[in-house]
Amino acid sequence: MTDAYVIGVDMIKFGRFPEKTVPQIGSEAALLALDDCGLKIQDMQALYCGNLGQASGMVGQRILQEIGQTGVPVINVSNACATGATAFREAWASVKAGLYDVVLAVGVEQMGKGLLGGGGGATGIPKEGLLGSGTMPAVFAEAGMEHSRKHGTTFEQFAKVSVKNHHHATMNPKAMYQIETPLETVMNAEMISYPNTKLMCSVNVDGSAAAVIASESKARELGLMNRAIKVRASVLTSDPWQERDLVMPDVNTCTRLAAKQAYEMAGVGPEDVDLIELHDCFATAEILHYENLGLCPDGEAGRMIDDGEVELGGKIPVNVSGGLLSKGHPLGATGIANIYEVSTHLRGEAGERQVEGARIGLTHVIGLGSACGIHILEKAS
Amino acid sequence: MADKPLPAVGYLKIPENGKPYLQGCKCSSCGAVFLGERDNCSKCGARGGMEEVQLSNQGELYSYCIVHRSFPGIEVPYVSAIVDLEGGGTVKGNLINVEPEPDKIPFGMPVEVVYDDALGRKDRDGNSYLSYFFQPR
Repeated sequence: MTDAYVIGVDMIKFGRFPEKTVPQIGSEAALLALDDCGLKIQDMQALYCGNLGQASGMVGQRILQEIGQTGVPVINVSNACATGATAFREAWASVKAGLYDVVLAVGVEQMGKGLLGGGGGATGIPKEGLLGSGTMPAVFAEAGMEHSRKHGTTFEQFAKVSVKNHHHATMNPKAMYQIETPLETVMNAEMISYPNTKLMCSVNVDGSAAAVIASESKARELGLMNRAIKVRASVLTSDPWQERDLVMPDVNTCTRLAAKQAYEMAGVGPEDVDLIELHDCFATAEILHYENLGLCPDGEAGRMIDDGEVELGGKIPVNVSGGLLSKGHPLGATGIANIYEVSTHLRGEAGERQVEGARIGLTHVIGLGSACGIHILEKAS
Repeated sequence: MADKPLPAVGYLKIPENGKPYLQGCKCSSCGAVFLGERDNCSKCGARGGMEEVQLSNQGELYSYCIVHRSFPGIEVPYVSAIVDLEGGGTVKGNLINVEPEPDKIPFGMPVEVVYDDALGRKDRDGNSYLSYFFQPR
């Protein structure tokens, strides 16, 4: 089987664009990614489009109606917050399988403000606040408190994640917010669901990201290997059975399973990875994934954040883009935006936030319900 | 309109003559316990063979969070709790009769399931509902 390479990748600056349509927002990233590798929409043999909010709305076709209706197959993908990563993976798989030489993956989302989750059933009475909370801040607070129960993780340690990611975002011009956010500010912000304050919840933004994926022979033929990024591993898992998972979504087991498979596929271990973009949908979630991805032994995630090991310049920088907490989290775009971030570092083009000498990077997303997508990327040699 | 309160969720059973309880089922192949009814086992994949069980009203607090912002009209703060029941089954619900402060809510706290009106919530036909809550024992 051929290796598959990212030859073009980009994202728009995340923000709020209520005046635009979802396909318009998606088209912007698609064109940026095409420009990144100097190709045209006519060169793409298929489009894999990730979007959640209009999952039945043929967003991929409507993107082509904005930028070029070439008649190629369009596959619209929806997989909760793993939507973008799933679209990317399907594109990757089509190239690996030899079906196509060069394809486009786009992730796009237009979000409202406010709480996600907690929708009631169609019949009877609303259950929110009656049978606990189904809002996302509450669900991930409960997952964080499970970690506190096992390992004594503190509110302050969770809050430090948000301080770090907001700091990183000050160096990312494409992040929603570029604002230093000290620990007191994070901890004293409005409490949403203890232990997650408002500044420990991901930012609902509109955004899009896109990647052009090509086979090795096509990348060489196009003369694009000098900036190409090799996909060393692409893994998608669902949630294996756990005794509590029907009332308490389990983001740990599916991540551990995906991480194990991804490291095996890439032939590397966590110690070989130079930077990580992981799913910090809430500050509590990031802590869990240090252990789930094998960055430290179980129980040491709190120490990692205390010791600064996950900051830019630390042992293994995590979410140098600013993460979902400050860059923003347009659900369907996030998975490809992570791939843009890691690729940019591997190309040595990340500017002020560059992880020096980055050679291998890992991206991780969770779609609650649940899905886990992991990609391991390496600069082409 | 029903002359008696309706169950807030399908797995809350209200017998004609008897006390309400939470219903679960148990896989006769692997022993996994689930909340509510189901046909097949998602742990071992066994088809059929699910046995109805009455879940315990005694349990312990596994995890929780304290909800300070919810949807408009929902009273806050409240404690959203995950409770492991004795003999199997995990249930989510409101933990009541505790101060919504982290240092007042120890993990592993013994709790019991209690049944009461669903916070005055009625459906569009005006029916009342019976729900369940957890409280310290």
